[in-house]
Amino acid sequence: MTQLALVIDLNVCVGCQACVTSCKEWNTSGSAGPMVDQNPYGADPTGTFFNRVQTFEVGEFPNTETVHFPKSCLHCEDPPCVPVCPTGASYKRKEDGIVLVDYDKCIGCKYCSWACPYGARELDEQQQVMKKCTLCVDRIYDMSMNEEDRKPSCVKACPTSARLYGDIHDSESDVSIAIREAGGYALMPEWGTHPANHYLPRRKTRIKIHEDELERADNPLKVDRKLPKPATNEPTLDDFTTW
Amino acid sequence: MHPAFSVIFLTTLIGAAQGLFLALFTVQSYAAFKLLPAPDAHAFYGQGSVLAVTLLVLGLGASFFHLGHPERAWRSAAMWRTSWLSREVIVLPAFMGIVFLYGLAHWLDWHPVLMTLPGGLPVDPSAILGVAGTLLAFALFVCTGMIYACLKFLAEWHSPLTVINYVLLGGASGFTLAAAFATAAAPELVSFLAGWAVIITALGLISRAASLYRNARLKPKSTLQTAIGIKHPKIVQKTQGFMGGSFNTREFFHGKPIAVLRGIKWFFLIAVFPLPLLLLLIGMQGNSGGLVAAFVVQYLGLLAERWFFFAQANHPQNLYYQSIA
Repeated sequence: MTQLALVIDLNVCVGCQACVTSCKEWNTSGSAGPMVDQNPYGADPTGTFFNRVQTFEVGEFPNTETVHFPKSCLHCEDPPCVPVCPTGASYKRKEDGIVLVDYDKCIGCKYCSWACPYGARELDEQQQVMKKCTLCVDRIYDMSMNEEDRKPSCVKACPTSARLYGDIHDSESDVSIAIREAGGYALMPEWGTHPANHYLPRRKTRIKIHEDELERADNPLKVDRKLPKPATNEPTLDDFTTW
Repeated sequence: MHPAFSVIFLTTLIGAAQGLFLALFTVQSYAAFKLLPAPDAHAFYGQGSVLAVTLLVLGLGASFFHLGHPERAWRSAAMWRTSWLSREVIVLPAFMGIVFLYGLAHWLDWHPVLMTLPGGLPVDPSAILGVAGTLLAFALFVCTGMIYACLKFLAEWHSPLTVINYVLLGGASGFTLAAAFATAAAPELVSFLAGWAVIITALGLISRAASLYRNARLKPKSTLQTAIGIKHPKIVQKTQGFMGGSFNTREFFHGKPIAVLRGIKWFFLIAVFPLPLLLLLIGMQGNSGGLVAAFVVQYLGLLAERWFFFAQANHPQNLYYQSIA
């Protein structure tokens, strides 16, 4: 069985919001109708988005790290939003595991959004139906596109390749390897929702330089017991010439 | 959570209607066993059912204001296998229909003996409709309560006390209404109904206090650490990703200062329990105004109680929406 998902690498996400805008651009132009903004140029703008990038500060000054955190529907393998829907408008596709909303069946009761611990669902104020990430279902199967374009819009837009896309049930896929080898984790595991989307943690990049790498242990001058000149603790030309 | 007035009116109005119907059929059952004098069927059961159906229709009407697409509401009966909301959508009209037929059977004096219980007790259609209505009234309480109690993310609701509160508070307001209604329709039953209203209100106080006690001591299962998966004791949100509001910032926050929340809690604790109890006891002394006042005060209190019920629930998604920029 296939479970399509995104794997988001928090180590390289720079919080540029390109995935947010490309998601909005693609999905507002689709056949499902626009994701309308209310009062877009006014004092209190609001609108529907499938994807948000948030920013968190971890640690205490001066030892802090800024973590940019993209958040969209996680396409849970056990989605709590689906069974509560009274009309069956919310459903999880058997063939690829994408959780979708049938906008023609949704009555806008908002109950599914109460049942999602991640706040991944947003009610469209104009259409009055629940909306959420579709994993660009109208893109990834579009055979009129080149193969490299048959990916979610956010994945295509990411300038740092922080967003990987693939089948997490295929153990040899890029996403499965990334989850396995880079410590991929799920959000709020305590609720047993088994999110399909995973996140890769921040990693520290450290270089360990040994002393013998600065002063070459295999210095050929040592062969005849002659030390390099000047000695490391003596002034060099830079220290006393003005050039 | 953001308390929606459509749902507040829905749950309080149908709760009172369910309680009222249970009161009507309780009287009929007692009367059948000759434990109470039989009231005037037209005035008590007939008009009482009209009152109950009116409340149910008002409640159902209020619920439509909660929907983005009310014209598609019929679709919501589809997923009764998994969704408590869908089950409520089926049980509520079924209950309305039964209450209507129950009132009609009494109104038309339609009492053919269908069978006779061992003891020689005759069973007529109103008795069968009454039993069916009683089962549906309890089923509806369970459905309404489980809509909230089944959401494990909302710890304040995820408890059997939620369902018990819906049963007892709906029952209390319904019996109080029945007592107030009986002052006009069946004065001989006032002290019986008011007595039950006192008992159910007192039980409601115990279970609601228990849920307040429980909710004050809840420890959230989700934290910012599990929400973004970073193990560090100190994490602060710097931006939620947008400057304006969104559905997530409106639907899941009550947006009132903590003092308002506290004030409403104390208002409902007084208006739902001690004040109606006092007025019911005054009413039992033959003061019909006291019983009407008891229902009005208790109903207003229940509106506040339901507002607080929603406002108190803290959704884990709020962890992601703490700071604008």
